[in-house]
Amino acid sequence: MKLNEEIIIAGFGGQGILSMGQTLSYAAIKENKETSWMPSYGPEMRGGTANCVVILSDAPVSSPIISEFDTAIVFNQPSLDKFENAVKPGGILLYEKSSIIRVPERTDITVLGIPVLEEAEKLKKKQTANMIMLGAYLELKPVIGQEAIIYALKKVLPERHHHLIPLNEQAIELGKKLVRELTGKEARNGNAKESVHEYSAG
Amino acid sequence: MENNENVRLMKGNEAMAEAAIRAGMDAYFGYPITPQSEVLEYLTAEIPKRHGIVLQAESEVAAINMIYGAAGAGARVMTSSSSPGFSLMQEGISYIASAQLPCLLVNVNRGGPGLGTIQPSQGDYFQATKGGGHGDYHMYVLAPASVQEMADHVFEGFRIAEKYRLPAMILSDGALGQMMEKVILPEEGSLPKETPEWGTTGKPKTRERNIITSLFIQPEKMEEINLGLQRKYQALRSEIKFEEYCLDDAEYILTAYGLAARISKKAVDILREQGIKAGLFRPITVYPFPSEQLEHHAVHARFILDVEMNAGQMVEDVRLAVNGETPVYFKGRMGGMIPTPAEIVEAVMTKINVLEESLV
Repeated sequence: MKLNEEIIIAGFGGQGILSMGQTLSYAAIKENKETSWMPSYGPEMRGGTANCVVILSDAPVSSPIISEFDTAIVFNQPSLDKFENAVKPGGILLYEKSSIIRVPERTDITVLGIPVLEEAEKLKKKQTANMIMLGAYLELKPVIGQEAIIYALKKVLPERHHHLIPLNEQAIELGKKLVRELTGKEARNGNAKESVHEYSAG
Repeated sequence: MENNENVRLMKGNEAMAEAAIRAGMDAYFGYPITPQSEVLEYLTAEIPKRHGIVLQAESEVAAINMIYGAAGAGARVMTSSSSPGFSLMQEGISYIASAQLPCLLVNVNRGGPGLGTIQPSQGDYFQATKGGGHGDYHMYVLAPASVQEMADHVFEGFRIAEKYRLPAMILSDGALGQMMEKVILPEEGSLPKETPEWGTTGKPKTRERNIITSLFIQPEKMEEINLGLQRKYQALRSEIKFEEYCLDDAEYILTAYGLAARISKKAVDILREQGIKAGLFRPITVYPFPSEQLEHHAVHARFILDVEMNAGQMVEDVRLAVNGETPVYFKGRMGGMIPTPAEIVEAVMTKINVLEESLV
């Protein structure tokens, strides 16, 4: 199966949206894949909306500008409202659970709410929320290997924060575990994908 | 892979700056403006550790005149800016063109007119290709469509500028500047450099003084200079570059440059999946424009749809190239908005439907 994964990551500025996308792109380079990382750049630094489109592919990326996505990862309500309908049928929608009031309504995609902010609090480092989410995504769609992700973290984090790489690894593992728990619990009832949707919407 | 220092994930602006150092750039003069400030930022961090000079001027007007001076002394020089800042440089660029000096100028195009927006645009095509400043001059204008080309065009820009003694330009946009992609950086020191004999480097006893000027009061002399420039622009046609994508059997041709061409390429893929024979013609040099090469394909096409992030600027060159042999339509977004592949597909399908109905 040829890889061509088109992802949108969206939330508030300061939530690690852009660095989460960069982590995927750096890791793609490490695995000899083609990639593009397109930020929505604006005058705001923190607090404004931020999103980035990441494409991971075996073939050279044609357009870095796209309007439909295989995966949408959203951290706030405005982003969910904006991108829920931009997920391709059969795609994935991951959202930060506590930040969402109106839950997604799509039934033709895999929808999963992950309490990443709450879990990050437990790790005593709320900046790890994006990495928990990254772990969750990679568990659902293992498009990039663990080794490449660790390499990417060294590129994304400034050197003065390299001592936090083990914590970030821990956060990624936690995200994977959360997805296994959420989907595994429901999987007993039959089709994992459908039950994932029931779980998160309920 | 990580051992190869030449393969990196970089923003277009950073790739351009790194390529400039590797191309043996002697000096960079610039003034910060979004969305290209990473160029000055990157060079300010790197150049003290490597080689060359980087200087933040007090304005774009000052920066371009520093370029004029340093280029006159035979140095390999570069500046970059974005639309409003690049407009401020136009007088200086005209002087440099008249004085026949090599340099590399970069415009990371943002939405205008006026102070406009910081979002990507292609609204400066006319300014880049038709002169911009006063007088009969042109630049060699490269339009990159990827981070890779942002780096490659730095080398190519310097090479052409020095070969023909004229300003070369990279016409990019905010998205190409800000986005990250894989880039294979050119080898450091792979662009040969010679001290030109015309440079104002002091007067040895062995030759007459070298004079760099753009003032030629006698009209006979000014005409002679102009004739020389025109011969130069004619010779520059041998340096035309373009990309052909799915054109062999194309009934519908998209024409686009830069970012719009990347988006159009995806539109071609979508159309081909639907059985529509679409293709893309992408000028890589927008001056000189690949007119003959486009006309060659256009005569076999049912129509051309030109796609730009402006109100329709390159479309005039497309129409001149095909000279009425093929209908030419236009699809554009303005002011920092970017068309999606789906929008382009829809524009093509609409035109096809009109065409089919007219034939019934």
